[in-house]
Amino acid sequence: MVLSDTEQRLIGLIQDGLPISRRPWAEIGQQMNLDEQQVLEQVRSLQERGLIKRFGLVVRHHELGYTANAMVVWDVPDDQVQRVGKALGRHDCVTLCYQRPRRLPRWPYNLFCMIHGKDRERVLDIIEELVEAEGLQEIPHEVLFSGERFKQRGAKYL
Amino acid sequence: MDAIDRAIINKLQKGFPICPQPYAQAAEEFGISEEELISRLQAMLDDKRLSRFGPLYNAERMGGGLSLCAMAVPKEDFEQVAEQVNSYPEVAHNYARDHELNMWFVLATETPERIDQVLGEIQAQTGCPVYNMPKKQEFFVGLHFEL
Repeated sequence: MVLSDTEQRLIGLIQDGLPISRRPWAEIGQQMNLDEQQVLEQVRSLQERGLIKRFGLVVRHHELGYTANAMVVWDVPDDQVQRVGKALGRHDCVTLCYQRPRRLPRWPYNLFCMIHGKDRERVLDIIEELVEAEGLQEIPHEVLFSGERFKQRGAKYL
Repeated sequence: MDAIDRAIINKLQKGFPICPQPYAQAAEEFGISEEELISRLQAMLDDKRLSRFGPLYNAERMGGGLSLCAMAVPKEDFEQVAEQVNSYPEVAHNYARDHELNMWFVLATETPERIDQVLGEIQAQTGCPVYNMPKKQEFFVGLHFEL
């Protein structure tokens, strides 16, 4: 296990969010028998080791009007996936871009990117612009908009 | 939502100071008091515009498993299957998408082995095949919503 008992405890205490109060780390510390400084050292160590990628505000994008959430999937020849993945990832409209395995015969797509927008028409236009800009006319793609959301929360680790 | 709320959301999605009084430090940038920032954040959490102030973990470095999974679920069974899938605490989020593969969820588990175990159970319980599509390579991650 890469985490000490104290770190596991700390992660458990902050996974639903840091308290919104003047001294949030002191509050966490009280529950762990640590002082504020000791808690901060633990958090910084988790960050430095890359276990915590980022500490920040997590929004509910639906509630903020980002309701057109498209997963765009591409069937890119394997020897071009690097180039296309990097090219798509450079566009501001692309929020995530990953290579994933194909699952043939049902699923031929190996490159996935997410585009979050406020309406579907606009998102479809953006995708057309991407195809044009990167010359992807020959690469088959599909757009999967999300319908109902059944569950959204951060991943739980403990 | 006024300009200050928007500035708070835009800025604090990108990061948050790790220090004894983080809200006081962050408030300075918006030209408001610590109390005001706290009460604005609380209001946006209460009405569900914000989810939380949280850490984003690197699942692989944490030693866990992480994958995107998809299922083709018959329409009439959809709700029941969604309930079965969501009953696993390892399912982080789950969306219906308009495709033959119509249910897409992210699985985050404490160990890599647990991914196959959960997917095997879901497949057995629901009778629907599950396609496991873990990331092979990351080209870009910048999930950020500008307001």
